[in-house]
Amino acid sequence: MIPGSFEYFAPTALDEALSLLQEHGDDAKVLAGGHSLIPTMKLRLAEPAVIIDIGGIGSLKGISESDGNLVIGALTTHHELESSDLVQQKVPLLAETAAEIGDVQVRNKGTIGGSLAHADPAADWPATILALDADLQITGPNGERTVKATDFFQGLYETDLGDDEILTAIHVSIPDANTKGTYLKLHQVASGFALTGVAVVLTKSGDTCQSVAVGITGVSEAPYRASGVESGLTGSALSAENIAAAAERAVDGITALEDIHASEAYRQNLAKVYTRRAIEAAAS
Amino acid sequence: MATIAAPTRMMGAPIKRREDPRLVQGLSHYVDDIKLVGTLHCAFLRSDYAHAAINSIDTSAAKDLDGVVTVITGEDLEGTVGGIPCGAEIPDLKVPEHPALAVGRVRFVGEPVAAVVATDAYIARDALDLIEVDYEELPAITDLDKAVEAGSPLIYDDFGDNIGFTMPLEAGDADEAFAEADHVVSQRFVNQRLVPNAMETRGVLAEYLPGEGTLTVWSSTQVPHILKTQLSLIVDVPEQKVRVIAPEVGGGFGSKLNVYPEEVVVSYLAIQLRKPVKWTEKRTENFTTTIHGRDQVNYVDVAVNNDGTITGIRAKILADLGASYQLLTPLIPTLTNLMIVGCYKIPNVQIELVGVLTNKMATDAYRGAGRPEATFIIERMVDLAAAAVGMDAKDIRFKNFPQPTEFPLEIPTGIIYDSGNYQESFNKALEIVDYDGLRAQQAQLREQGRYMGIGISTYAEICGMGPSIAMPAGGWESSTVRVEPTGKITVLTGVSPHGQGQETTFAQMIADEFGIDIDDVVVIHGDTGRQPYGIGTFGSRATAVGGTAMVIAAGEVKEKMAKFAAHLMEANTEDLVFEDGKISVEGSPDQAIDFAAIALEAHVAKNLPPDTTPGLEATHFFEPSNFTYPFGAHIAVIEVDADTGEIDIQRYVCVDDIGNIINPLIVAGQVHGGIAQGLGQALYEGAVYDDSGQLLTGSFMDYAVPKATQIPHFETDHTVTPSPVNPMGVKGVGEAGTIGSTPCMVNAVVDALSPFGVKDIEMPLTPNRVWQAIQDAKD
Ligand SMILES: Cc1cc2nc3c(=O)[nH]c(=O)nc-3n(C[C@H](O)[C@H](O)[C@H](O)COP(=O)(O)OP(=O)(O)OC[C@H]3O[C@@H](n4cnc5c(N)ncnc54)[C@H](O)[C@@H]3O)c2cc1C
Repeated sequence: MIPGSFEYFAPTALDEALSLLQEHGDDAKVLAGGHSLIPTMKLRLAEPAVIIDIGGIGSLKGISESDGNLVIGALTTHHELESSDLVQQKVPLLAETAAEIGDVQVRNKGTIGGSLAHADPAADWPATILALDADLQITGPNGERTVKATDFFQGLYETDLGDDEILTAIHVSIPDANTKGTYLKLHQVASGFALTGVAVVLTKSGDTCQSVAVGITGVSEAPYRASGVESGLTGSALSAENIAAAAERAVDGITALEDIHASEAYRQNLAKVYTRRAIEAAAS
Repeated sequence: MATIAAPTRMMGAPIKRREDPRLVQGLSHYVDDIKLVGTLHCAFLRSDYAHAAINSIDTSAAKDLDGVVTVITGEDLEGTVGGIPCGAEIPDLKVPEHPALAVGRVRFVGEPVAAVVATDAYIARDALDLIEVDYEELPAITDLDKAVEAGSPLIYDDFGDNIGFTMPLEAGDADEAFAEADHVVSQRFVNQRLVPNAMETRGVLAEYLPGEGTLTVWSSTQVPHILKTQLSLIVDVPEQKVRVIAPEVGGGFGSKLNVYPEEVVVSYLAIQLRKPVKWTEKRTENFTTTIHGRDQVNYVDVAVNNDGTITGIRAKILADLGASYQLLTPLIPTLTNLMIVGCYKIPNVQIELVGVLTNKMATDAYRGAGRPEATFIIERMVDLAAAAVGMDAKDIRFKNFPQPTEFPLEIPTGIIYDSGNYQESFNKALEIVDYDGLRAQQAQLREQGRYMGIGISTYAEICGMGPSIAMPAGGWESSTVRVEPTGKITVLTGVSPHGQGQETTFAQMIADEFGIDIDDVVVIHGDTGRQPYGIGTFGSRATAVGGTAMVIAAGEVKEKMAKFAAHLMEANTEDLVFEDGKISVEGSPDQAIDFAAIALEAHVAKNLPPDTTPGLEATHFFEPSNFTYPFGAHIAVIEVDADTGEIDIQRYVCVDDIGNIINPLIVAGQVHGGIAQGLGQALYEGAVYDDSGQLLTGSFMDYAVPKATQIPHFETDHTVTPSPVNPMGVKGVGEAGTIGSTPCMVNAVVDALSPFGVKDIEMPLTPNRVWQAIQDAKD
């Protein structure tokens, strides 16, 4: 498990990192927590000639509240999100999701930005970030831009992020008191990743579903919003029957993955069952 | 004053393992921690193909890389270095040639093709990418059923088929039993391939001193003595000049009970280069090229009468041997034959065992080694038979157990169970779990549409391997016990513990024997330069066989020591008591001499008793008269989520009978670890090769060894039926947990799903498979 040789840079400012990226182009890889990149390098599935370690860039770290939003630096670790008082108070769904990731070591090193940029089809964050309708803040050679989570994920390990860009922060609007979130996951037993992960953000008005957002990971090549479920339930009473009927649409228009850990049919079933249970939990 | 352990005090005491402080503090030395000045590093180029002809290998670019010392291929070894040995003797066994580096053809993914030596491990790894091998891919065969079909692609052209051997076993009259039975129950089982995954991967460091002509090899092995003999023959260094050291060994589970190509190649390179050479196995290499376990397909029938009496068992066992043989490969499934009747009296047996060659890594001993497969077959079949005759899984077991008075009991497969009381351990487990209460609860839950399952497995197994007649390279064990001039005791043992805790249990026995403090005893193992020849640690034999050798040697030393003490105190040897660090005359405690004083006396030798030589040391080679046969009962309580197939383990009860217990804490550790591994097979693990022979589960991201959070709380207990085979009455506990637990869990899940009509689910019982079984049963 010895990686190929590479040149190593540890910039301390974002500009510096961006110009290094510009300079080395395709040869370069950004290194955050290293918990996706380093394993692939050790297996020599990736052999970048240049590593740009962004771990020392202070502006990418930390969680703050601003204008009704939580602003989460891309370098924030899973553990920091899991244990932050601010997160637990304002958007507990984020802490709940973080707690489901990997094991303690992974949560101590892995970052939310790294996870989103990597876009593993079975990663946990994408489901929750989609359900929360987050905005992703990206900086590149042409300055800063913001992209909606729903536009960010494009396929298997594919995102809207350019090779010369860095994901800098995630903006999540803080939900009101009538809104509740849940993340439910079935772990792939070896890796701990999601065979299926369903994040639900539900706003109730009395016993009626005022709005619901459902983000699903692990089921298909890219995480997605289950729009059939959402439209099926919005405006309806939150009865067991209505929830079950809406959850049946969890894989509408989706091609489920099939691998040695789960068949296509099983993933479809999981998506439906976990969607139903996640909505039930958010509605209760 | 006297706080020192008295005899009988240490035996049975739950003291903490004395090896643990250094292990948990990282102060121990594994092969990779041993640094010799000027060491070169070796890396292996391995086949990416499961089956291919090698047209040519171009190593020139690799040789040109700065820092590369040499690159060798199979052709460089031909005629100079012997092949990898297999110790199995089976009639008409076809034994393929097994060169340390492939020559002309590769037959499994990961097979070593070339070795690079460089000044550091990074350069060695980089050089691998510069070796060019021109392969011509050949059709691979990985499926057992297909491998034995006529016309299947051949792994070895000159063998004519892919069958390594066939071994029939027949006892009684199975045909008649089946013809007369009220019911015949048939089932196909797949006992999936497992990766042993010791925490420490393999590693080898070899040093050759040309002046002395000595080869020293540090290897993470369970069998240093066997490795020494074999290396001497393979790389042609006289055996008395070869020393093998197994330093700290981080687990083996049978996977290091072997002689591996890397041990041979690294030794050869050290001799050629006259520099120390080291290789540390990568985890990915460990997955592909350290032996695998299990991998059988079984077609089984049992004959059962309406009253639950099982009168016969018939089985066709296809055992995957892999592409070449390691040390014991073909022998392992023969243990399945021997154990097929488990803990039941089944008079009529008919087995056809077929050892099958495939384009996969060799299988060999993995915790339980052939017995878990047998236990799985019989424990699953007993449940199916119970269902067929409408009997409870508990009752059919009692119906077919032998009575305690029938031991020693010769079973139809030809072995003799030493002692047993299967009713007692099973009753105890039933009581602990409140079996009848659970069945009532299960009935209630079923009415609510909930699927609780109760799984039982009662097992017997073979331990204490074994009499030499039944073993390929001797079944005895050796030990030297030496009282040093300062009164400290050094024990040398031929066994090679690598996690089993004999540094503690052996010291407990010696402390009792001599009445001294356990801290005055050191147990030394795993160095052929220090110990008399031994066999090694495997088959739950170390204590039953190696411990007995030690106890007998200790008795001889004690007798001699008594002569010195009697001489000095003018007493009779028969009247002496070894206690509290003193030797005293029974009944007159004033008449006593310090243990250490006698030890010194025996070494300064100024006042020798008549007919007595100086020194206090004895060596004993112990040959056991039989195996030992532990047994026990496991009961699991689970609930299945029928919507998703997830399994919630609610209780796990296990009552083992392993004979007398030296250290209950260590026994609990062995049982817990064993059950965890057995549940790993039932629920999580499986080495999956695709049709082209690629290992799809080649890392921990895809191969699930159970983690602490995935393992339930264990409720363990014991009954004690001593073994008559050795003076301590011990049986062995290293593998019991693994053997009993796998069918127990599968029985529990099948029991939970019986309302759907589910009869069997292939392991591992992933949520996907459990859910699918429910869907299939509904259709
Ligand atoms: C044993 C194990 C178990 C795991 N289990 C889970 C699990 O259960 N659920 C789960 O979701 N994840 C799991 N992970 C993955 C883990 O969460 C990773 O930490 C995460 O996927 C990547 O984050 P990182 O900070 O480590 O990124 P890195 O590995 O450093 O980088 C990953 C990729 O993203 C790029 N990148 C990183 N940061 C940025 C940025 N700010 N801007 C642009 N590009 C960037 C890198 O160039 C690289 O291509 C597991 C990992 C391991 C090793």
